[in-house]
Amino acid sequence: MTTTEMPDTLHRILDYSSRSDPYPLYAELRRTPVARQEDGSYVISTYRELADILHNPHLSSDVRNLSHPMPSHEGETTPAFINLDPPEHDRLRRMAMRHFGPPHTPGLVTGMEPALSAAVDGLIDDFAGKERIDIVDDLAYPFPVTVICRLLGVPREDEPRFSLWVNDIINSIDYDARTDPKEKLDKGVQARADLREYLGGLLAERHGRPGADLLSRLANDDGPDGRMTDEEIISTANLLLIAGHETTVNLITNGMLTLLRYPQVLQRLREDPDLAVPLVEELLRYEPPVHIIPWRAAYSEITVGDTVIPQGSQIMLMLASGSRDPDRFHDPDRFDPDRTDNQHLGFGSGIHLCFGGPLARREAQIALTELARRLDHPSLVADPPPYRRSPVLRGPIHLQVEQNGG
Amino acid sequence: MTSADNLRAFKRDGRIVIVGASLAGLRAAEYLRDEGFTGSLTMIGDETGEPYDRPPLSKQVLTGWVPADGTMLPRRREIDAEWLLGVPAAGLDLATDNVRLADGREVPFDRVLIATGVRARPWFVESEAELDGVFVVRTREHAEGLQRALAAGPSRVLVIGAGFTGSEIASICRERDIPVTVAELAPAPLVGALGAMIGEVASDLQRAHGVDLRCGVKVTQLEGDSQGKLRRAHFDDGSTLDVDVAVVALGGIRNTEWLQGSGLAAGVWGIACDTGCRALDLNGLVTDDVFVAGDVARCPNPVYEYRLISLEHWANAVEQAEVAAHNMVNGQADRWPHLSIPTFWSIQFGVNIKSVGVPTFADEVVVTQGSVSEHRFVAAYGYQGRVTAAVSFNNAKWLDHYRRLIETAAHFPPSCPTPDQPVDSKPVPVDFPGPVLLAQGATVVVTGHNPSERRVTAAYQHHR
Repeated sequence: MTTTEMPDTLHRILDYSSRSDPYPLYAELRRTPVARQEDGSYVISTYRELADILHNPHLSSDVRNLSHPMPSHEGETTPAFINLDPPEHDRLRRMAMRHFGPPHTPGLVTGMEPALSAAVDGLIDDFAGKERIDIVDDLAYPFPVTVICRLLGVPREDEPRFSLWVNDIINSIDYDARTDPKEKLDKGVQARADLREYLGGLLAERHGRPGADLLSRLANDDGPDGRMTDEEIISTANLLLIAGHETTVNLITNGMLTLLRYPQVLQRLREDPDLAVPLVEELLRYEPPVHIIPWRAAYSEITVGDTVIPQGSQIMLMLASGSRDPDRFHDPDRFDPDRTDNQHLGFGSGIHLCFGGPLARREAQIALTELARRLDHPSLVADPPPYRRSPVLRGPIHLQVEQNGG
Repeated sequence: MTSADNLRAFKRDGRIVIVGASLAGLRAAEYLRDEGFTGSLTMIGDETGEPYDRPPLSKQVLTGWVPADGTMLPRRREIDAEWLLGVPAAGLDLATDNVRLADGREVPFDRVLIATGVRARPWFVESEAELDGVFVVRTREHAEGLQRALAAGPSRVLVIGAGFTGSEIASICRERDIPVTVAELAPAPLVGALGAMIGEVASDLQRAHGVDLRCGVKVTQLEGDSQGKLRRAHFDDGSTLDVDVAVVALGGIRNTEWLQGSGLAAGVWGIACDTGCRALDLNGLVTDDVFVAGDVARCPNPVYEYRLISLEHWANAVEQAEVAAHNMVNGQADRWPHLSIPTFWSIQFGVNIKSVGVPTFADEVVVTQGSVSEHRFVAAYGYQGRVTAAVSFNNAKWLDHYRRLIETAAHFPPSCPTPDQPVDSKPVPVDFPGPVLLAQGATVVVTGHNPSERRVTAAYQHHR
């Protein structure tokens, strides 16, 4: 650790001014794969160390295992499985997965494909005659939100209400007591309570009424693990709603931005829709929607590389940095959809591997393929575009595109 | 010509023959082309048809979910090979560098890869093995036959041998609601591979799923009726059981008989090789042009005191194929050693069982995570104070961590607690049944007195 007048690398990464291009700072960070910070927390930024610790059973996702609990802690409510350890994590995730993927619900994502395509087509139809489009407002946001609402059984017309809550919650994720106004945290806490109350209302209508949507299925489940409590269902729905809201938006937007920066790849995708599959994998490596897992806890002493992390320490995982590690990926700063050995950290790894990954992949593949096919000579209005505040869920807040050579 | 020139010429237009056209053989061929080998490539296989995947044969194929001819191995790339299928190799002549086929044809090579694998050990009485209703499971045809027999709704199935294959088949029977009896000579299922602690869990699992599990017994006779149809099994305790299907799951026999007289270190235990997958000759000297991969290989592993280990694992076949292919077309200085930590998986009675390391190389075992009674846990194996293996039941995502512990010779038992602590985390003796392999007799004779004349000759015996 060196002490200088300049803010350390991590704080420069978290600072909004580096949002459009944090990658050179990640490279700086990787010089110390496991870096102890002044406050006693640890930052891990290299691929091998990240992959190791994501499979390390001593790493806890439960805030109660931090020796200095975090202020944004949800308080009394039941945590969602993303913030739990086994066996509770395993049980809740298993119960949710019964209704989302194999082996019990194998065809769900495939079965949604026609609806996904129709949703994208409808939104792109509305581009007609417009010279300027905002990829975020006109497609990347409304599309996954429509999908997650339908999946969960949340009325689409309620979207304006809960999108405000989700926004406040996302803003509070990276709350830093030293630099942020207390209001930022308070708004997040209030939004969580409001969203829970709203979901609780929807859930109450579902009891005893079997239906196809996830809320109905969770409310009436008779699987081998029994039924989730209402609190657990609300936490799970809350998690899926927020995750389904923010991450896919950024994946699609980052994807379109990257394609516009690599017009030859855009052209290839136009001619060969099958390219979408490796292309989205490369996006998840090169411009992922989730850059940082802001905290995990050392349940007991953890050895990573040569560093021993004491019990109770807060650990920050720089996933996007790991996916750009030259010790793992050849020429990592090159966007190369033909890359073969591409085990990126875009969806994390280990037991918390992104629950909605299969759906997000398909959404991004369909959206980008259709954008490539139907936009007429699109070009960026501003490069870099304006970004959202968050360094954790990173992506443009707007992405203005002109077409018709406009 | 320098050896570098020789190597370039060989890579450009040499002749490579691969004996064995299953997983290891096919992958090796693909890796050879990846490595830039442009010479002639010949694939020899005793089965007809495209290479296929075997793990589903005791799982998805038997449930009827996947048809037996639906497990074709995906092709990673074009290999541009000549395929000589349907005729087994019958001999290897290292004086003239030829593979001799059973029909008398000779196939010349510059370098050869042996990947002839394992066949199912048949029932020891030939006339009983031929009864209608007696099965082994190794090939596509076997699985297809057994699937049909299960679909016909037998009144009871007898599975002889409760290793992984036998246990998986018993699991399928229960899934299909077919009464099944499992007979195992050892005290519990899976005990030979995973020890007494896991064996007890496997026993509970089988009984909880309605398997009639009989351990410590031997099947002495399979009795048929006048039509040659299986009717009854006899046990060494004098009891009998009426069954219409019996599955003999007593492990495999390595396909090395065709190498008798070849001068290679080949026997019932496989073909010995170095970590570069180069075959050893009878004297234990490394050969230059003969390579081995897959189930038939017996390869030293430095992590396990350089012991020669044979593994019938899917991943091992793929990894050895890659190393062998690389070394076949690269010079001494660029050789790769096969150093991966073995991994293995099985699915039975709704449980995903996965292991990393060599569980038989252990003296103690301890549950490190989860709950044994709920059949979701990780157990770590240790040998003299270091971690040598781990086995998970429905907890496979942690095994990468245990692989690292094995690779770094981490202390056993692991000391730091994790979430989801087991009720009892004291190490217990691993307790494997006796070393049965010691009973197989000598296979070589050493002759000569001076170091220059000391040689080994093969002493082939009749063995089962």
